[in-house]
Amino acid sequence: MKMQKKRYVLKFPPQSGDQPFSYHLVKDFDIRINILRAEVWPGKTGSLVLELEGTTTNLKNGIAYLKANQVSCEPLNKKITWDHIRCISCGNCTAVCFAGALQMDPEKWELQFDPEKCIVCELCVPACPLNLFKIDFRE
Amino acid sequence: MSIQKTYEEINEKIRRGEAVVLTAEEVSQMALTATPEEIAEKVDVVTTATFGAMCSSGAIVNFGHANPPIRMEKIRLNGVPAYEGLAAVDTYIGATACDPENPKYGGAHVIQDLVDGKDVELEAWGKGTDCYPRKHIKTIINKETVNEMILFNPRNAYQNYPVAVNSTSQMKYTYMGNLLPNMRNATYSTSGELSPLLNDPEMKTIGIGTRIFLGGTQGFVVWPGTQFNTSKPKNEYGVPVGNSATLAVMGNLKEMSSEFLQAAYYEKYGVSLFVGIGIPIPVLNADIAKNVSIRNEQIETTVCDYGVEGAPALGRVTYAELRSGEIEVQGKKIRTAPVSSLSKARKIAEILKQSILAGEFEISKPVQMFPTNTSLKSLKER
Repeated sequence: MKMQKKRYVLKFPPQSGDQPFSYHLVKDFDIRINILRAEVWPGKTGSLVLELEGTTTNLKNGIAYLKANQVSCEPLNKKITWDHIRCISCGNCTAVCFAGALQMDPEKWELQFDPEKCIVCELCVPACPLNLFKIDFRE
Repeated sequence: MSIQKTYEEINEKIRRGEAVVLTAEEVSQMALTATPEEIAEKVDVVTTATFGAMCSSGAIVNFGHANPPIRMEKIRLNGVPAYEGLAAVDTYIGATACDPENPKYGGAHVIQDLVDGKDVELEAWGKGTDCYPRKHIKTIINKETVNEMILFNPRNAYQNYPVAVNSTSQMKYTYMGNLLPNMRNATYSTSGELSPLLNDPEMKTIGIGTRIFLGGTQGFVVWPGTQFNTSKPKNEYGVPVGNSATLAVMGNLKEMSSEFLQAAYYEKYGVSLFVGIGIPIPVLNADIAKNVSIRNEQIETTVCDYGVEGAPALGRVTYAELRSGEIEVQGKKIRTAPVSSLSKARKIAEILKQSILAGEFEISKPVQMFPTNTSLKSLKER
């Protein structure tokens, strides 16, 4: 079976903070999870950035399980927008992106963004002198 | 016989469409297999460029007189303070000016809005005089309504610039970008072998009156820039290893484009303006050909610790090392990132090259050369 690896942003409704979703993803759907970022406030909302690895079927079923439990699950790249039309490729964002998601193309010296490497640290948002990054991690 | 060309001979070739023009990067490649003499024989003009944040920038604007007229003694443009001490309706809006209540929108943003043809709110106050009775005006201006708008930047196009690192345990917010703690990143600013003053380190062809590409149109070098310093140490290739010479430049802001003039805000620092500058260097002789052939591995700059007062020097690196993505400073490997746009600088060098080839841009002999023995004073408090 072909394995897939992809990053997602999960958002939890207030009532779900006490449920062991990660356990079920691993145990019931054989999905390897890597927690890249977590913000959990008991009684309020919570957010998780996860890298999920599993077979196509298991990933699909795991995500369906989350959604059935009111946990939203969206691919990470939909949560980050970068206005590349206005980008001047100055490189300021690459200075703070220690995850290596934002890098300069070594030939053209234009900014390249690889959402699969992003860990949503959000350091690029204030680092951009043109304010071109928008991240919708919370609500 | 050594080659010696004149500005006029090169301009004749430009007019006839016979001039050979290369960008500074192209000529550096050519120099790998050609001697300076051969380059001087074959190449007439080399184009250089930079696109970086240059804080010492601003614009002169004349609003025209209202009826009844006002002597503007306090001026705000979209809420940003502009200089009020220039007659009745002239002002200078500095790129870094801002209202402390709204620090993310400053003079550079006003300049960009004017360039883009957007409406800008002008509010001004005066005490009222016999000839200027009015005490207040609040109206809308844009680039069509004002008489003149002239970009006048007292200090641009630094000849080389230090690399910034931060040795402290706290993030430092600077005009060189956000510096991670414990020297986890290093930022650098010039366009290296494409940078104007690095290709003419002794300024043999660049001086007062040099016609340049400025913000998308033709402008001029009008004076040595402020903090012009010729006494910085030089490396074996004659290149100063830190920030040294600078240019004061001027041009018609109405003709410029925000593609080459871009407002910026740096977190916890303030507002600045990215300025696109391109300078043609006439290859008059083999000496100049040798200078424009310089490559990134021959250009060095100083690594400075921006986390510590006085930004002490920690070492020296080349632009080839900086562009490789990693430098070594005091035995520590540090990831590098640019903070000025090389892709935009390349675009400017190419546009300048094409306009010279098309006969639309002629080179100009400086009316006066720059001083050669200047140093920098610090502010002594007394």
